Amino acid sequence: MNALTESLIELIRRTSAEIPDDVQRAILTALENEKKGTIAESALKIIERNIELAKQKSQPICQDTGSILFYIDCPVGLDQIEFADAARAAVKQATKVGYLRQNSVDSLTGKNDGTNLGPGAPAFHFHQHRGDKISVRLVLKGGGCENVGAQYSLPNTKLNANRDLDGCRKVILDAIVQAQGKGCGPGILGICIGGDRATGYNHSKEQLLRMLDDTNPNPELAALEADIVKTANELGIGPMGFGGNTTLLGAKIGAANRVPASYFVSVSYMCWAYRRQGCELNQNGEIQNWLY
Amino acid sequence: MIALEFPFTEEKVRALKVGDEVALSGRVFTGRDAVHKYLHEGGKLPEGVSFQDGIIYHCGPVVLKDENGEWKVTAAGPTTSIREEPYQWQIIRDFGVRGVIGKGGMGPKTLEACREHGCVYLHGIGGAAQVLAECVTRVINVHMLEEFGSPEAIWELEVKDFPVVVTMDSHGNSLHADVFKSSSEALAARV
Repeated sequence: MNALTESLIELIRRTSAEIPDDVQRAILTALENEKKGTIAESALKIIERNIELAKQKSQPICQDTGSILFYIDCPVGLDQIEFADAARAAVKQATKVGYLRQNSVDSLTGKNDGTNLGPGAPAFHFHQHRGDKISVRLVLKGGGCENVGAQYSLPNTKLNANRDLDGCRKVILDAIVQAQGKGCGPGILGICIGGDRATGYNHSKEQLLRMLDDTNPNPELAALEADIVKTANELGIGPMGFGGNTTLLGAKIGAANRVPASYFVSVSYMCWAYRRQGCELNQNGEIQNWLY
Repeated sequence: MIALEFPFTEEKVRALKVGDEVALSGRVFTGRDAVHKYLHEGGKLPEGVSFQDGIIYHCGPVVLKDENGEWKVTAAGPTTSIREEPYQWQIIRDFGVRGVIGKGGMGPKTLEACREHGCVYLHGIGGAAQVLAECVTRVINVHMLEEFGSPEAIWELEVKDFPVVVTMDSHGNSLHADVFKSSSEALAARV
């Protein structure tokens, strides 16, 4: 097994078993903010204990180890075919040792061959740059939260949402109310305003690569992000939809150009078990440092 | 915390109310999308398996074989239950199920079946796969592993002090319906 495959197995292990520090801090704050003696507080206590236990045992935080999404920033000239082969070997091995559940099903036959490999699985997003660094980010996105993602086409008459930021706000908040309970809250939203249906969802997922405590460089989007989190936390949905003070841990919004006829708002919901990790690799494929 | 122990009789289940925190001990059967669809379409439970006075757990666990060839559950949190809404009422009615463990709650058909036949919906903490796996003390058996694959198979598990919250009881109450209503009203006041 080559160094790159070994590094990627370690990336998968760490992503599956260890929640990033920024997310854990946000969960601790949520726990402090819930009323003592409520079922919301009990839920967050179990979540907190689960995070500790998964890390200590080096086992999946959540049994749904999700869609496996690789985001690779690489220098021009990196052999992407070779990289993807190494990543597939890593996924297969990580599944064998239980860092990943046997989680990939043939959509036509319903068969699960237990390898997590198949058409579209895992998914790769390569981005070239002019530097010499290779960074690999990995998101494991569970099905429960993926199922409550939503894409709105504006204008939306039912929600009285027009083609402006207020319209975006309305549909995003609607997505939060619809997702309650099902998406394992408190959640984190990745959102894209614009794009086509495919690029919009893709861009919304890339927003989930941002740090929870960063600030959007666009002041209008930064204000919308803050407003979404504040308003969502006033709705009383709470952890697991049990009622309570923390419904969202964060909202990250990006924008992509659209054609004049279309105006999509794509919302990707991430559960509290926010499994994202990343590392920089050296030329030999060894891990140099962690990104989160 | 209320201790709920096997056998899960109608009387024990009827005593539970929305908001109760319960520590569950005894035997549970996992069953999710494939199992529910199969039973709904008239499929038979494997020989020797009975859901009578039993509990179905909406869960696709990570299960590995240890060096002695014994199954070991290494991650076992609940999956989203609403997908079983078209089937659950019928399975409660026909198989004598007393409890359904899952997450996210279920709809009016299931709530009505809980009321009519004496069953409760027990909400696990979604994503808490390790805490919940620690509560699985033994894999008693596995059924339909070949047909459905590991996450979708019927795993017969023994659990001890498995923490759940009653969010739908046998008296027509649903925490999910209540929170959905109040949060929708709160949103309407803010848009």
